[in-house]
Amino acid sequence: MLEVKGVTKRYGKLIAVTDVSFRADYGETIGLLGPNGAGKTTTVSIVAGLLSPDSGEVLIEGKQVKSDTDPVKLKVGLVPQDMALYDQLSARDNLVFFAALYSLGGARARQPIAEALNLVGLSDRAGSKVGTFSGGMKRRLNLAAALLHDPQILLLDEPTVGVDPQSRNAIFENLESLKKRGKTLIYTTHYMEEAERLCDRIVIIDHGKVIADDTLQGLHKLLPVTNVIAIELDHADGFKKEQIMALPSVKSAELEQSTLRVGVHDLSRGAPGILRWLSENGHSYRHVSSEQPDLETVFLTLTGRSLRDS
Amino acid sequence: MIPFLALVRKDLKLFFNDRKAVVVGMLVPIVLASFFGYLFGGQKGDAETSKVPVLVIDQDGSDVSRGLITQLGSDKNLDVKPSTLDAAREAVRKGKATAAIVIPRDFGRDAGHALFTGAAKPEVGVLYDPSHNVELGMVKGILSGAVMQTVSKEMFTGRSGREMVNESLAQVDNNPQLPAEDRKALRDLLGGVKELNEQRDREGASRQGELSGGLSMPYETREQPITSGQDVEYNGYAHSFGGMGVQFILFMGLDVGIALLMLRQSGLWQRLRAAPLSRTMLLGSRAVSASLIAGFILLVLFGFARVVFGVHIRGSFAGFVGVCAAFSLMTAAFGLMVAALGETVEATRGYSIMATLIMVMLGGAWVPTFIFPKWLQKLTVIIPTRWAMDGLDGMTWRGLGFSSALAPIGVLLFFSVLFGVVAVMRFRWRTEG
Repeated sequence: MLEVKGVTKRYGKLIAVTDVSFRADYGETIGLLGPNGAGKTTTVSIVAGLLSPDSGEVLIEGKQVKSDTDPVKLKVGLVPQDMALYDQLSARDNLVFFAALYSLGGARARQPIAEALNLVGLSDRAGSKVGTFSGGMKRRLNLAAALLHDPQILLLDEPTVGVDPQSRNAIFENLESLKKRGKTLIYTTHYMEEAERLCDRIVIIDHGKVIADDTLQGLHKLLPVTNVIAIELDHADGFKKEQIMALPSVKSAELEQSTLRVGVHDLSRGAPGILRWLSENGHSYRHVSSEQPDLETVFLTLTGRSLRDS
Repeated sequence: MIPFLALVRKDLKLFFNDRKAVVVGMLVPIVLASFFGYLFGGQKGDAETSKVPVLVIDQDGSDVSRGLITQLGSDKNLDVKPSTLDAAREAVRKGKATAAIVIPRDFGRDAGHALFTGAAKPEVGVLYDPSHNVELGMVKGILSGAVMQTVSKEMFTGRSGREMVNESLAQVDNNPQLPAEDRKALRDLLGGVKELNEQRDREGASRQGELSGGLSMPYETREQPITSGQDVEYNGYAHSFGGMGVQFILFMGLDVGIALLMLRQSGLWQRLRAAPLSRTMLLGSRAVSASLIAGFILLVLFGFARVVFGVHIRGSFAGFVGVCAAFSLMTAAFGLMVAALGETVEATRGYSIMATLIMVMLGGAWVPTFIFPKWLQKLTVIIPTRWAMDGLDGMTWRGLGFSSALAPIGVLLFFSVLFGVVAVMRFRWRTEG
């Protein structure tokens, strides 16, 4: 469906992306995850035909975008990071205009516009000027504007930036609905929880390079531990983490105040042995829970830096 | 065609949606054009033009100097008041008087001598405000006429003239060095004047009128404005509305360019570029919408001028429409070129405002180009606004035919193509990600 092959883009001496490759199949949602400035927007711009790569190629159903008016562009819908709407016009007038850009005029535009408004839940505000909308409503309309020509591939460049949790959730529901319809979504974000919730596969980009490309489960396998058992000790004084590290199922151990975090590969086999060892050695505890490492941990493991701090 | 029409319609909607901006955008040129039109020949009927304030310092106190002051005061263009030298100097310095005329001591006598015998001419001082050069020329012209009339009148019929004739006759008779032929000729001339004066005395006041006025200009002028037709008055509003229309439409073109620059930095530009639209369509649609808006502005301005100030299109209507259309297109192309050459919005705004004002100024939109020096008049043919102004003037108050609109239309279309080509070639299409 979509193939990005060895794409490199430079701005003078600055290399924005280098040798970026990934592919997306029908109905698949790919998350492009990386910190600000990693090269996500440049990648999306190249896929959308806004930028030409210095080397490499982008194939949409096996075809390259060769000109501004190439019909291949009809396969792609872009939701830019910046709000791409006219505040002075009504929601409907905005959509009428954007539909017309794809030669959908008059009656041919009516149904797609109604469907898009319905999907994003703005049918009742269709006649209102966009300038009167909240940030979340604008974001939803921004998404609707990219759907009018029924593209197979939807490029979403940080579509939830600056919106409240409620609107973010509404957008997620919209995207899940599109996914069910078999659309291919390319979703850039630096929010790990968004990628975890939506994406079938995650491409992690850092400093313009792809450093990982796998499913969430596959990425977890890159980690030294797949589960963490958090144990709140009654008395942490005198506890030596080196002692518990001697157990064969324990891969890591950290003591922070009275909370002991123990990393294991297999929770069901490791947990009973650890708890038994604590009891036998006189370490009582009041609470036990398990945590699964998130993409933040994956990113930290792969780059040595926190995603949010990058 | 659907995308092109949608792009044009969207631009028009955005323009007309901001009603306050539209009203202010129309009101400002109308107010300015009305003001300039009033100043530059818009007044009709008996509306009084302001007189040039002139002070006169009479250091002579003779019949001649008094007659001269009376003569100057009778001129409808001057507001003459007596003054002293110091007060006059101060008034001119402060701009309260345009000029001060200093009539020197013995002016009457010396002027008479100079007239008849070629003796040294007395010097009349003229103190003037250097910011009023045009009025100075007029004052000097009126002064020359008044001196000639007053001095000749006094010399031929006045008391001091008679004394001078007798005095001069005595000098001619007593001058041994004068050649006999010259002496005879001068004696005949002066004797004739003396005899004429004696005859006038004998005949009394009945013939006083014949030479009592002195020498005056041996002609009068009959002024006839050559406009579009007989009995059709020049309407200064035609030029001022054309000029202000040209200026504000150029600024509108500038706004189009700046808006395009800002659009390039927005998500909207990404969305437009992601659609299967050609570059020609993206820029062409903007040129068409800007042209339509420019045409609308011209329509409103000239409509207002027609209804309120009676500005008519005395020449070819088709020529007028053609000039308006060509200028509108040129303005749109100018706006696109601004967007193409601009780096940042702020820098572009600065230099393009300067370029626009220069085009407006040199194009004759503020003041007609005939006021410019000759070399500048020749130079301004390379300025598109000059052609727009010539075209609009030609089709409105000059009442010229369609053939006279062809050159302005042609030149404006040439500039449209030139600016358009530069815009397409230099426009940075790719957004920097």
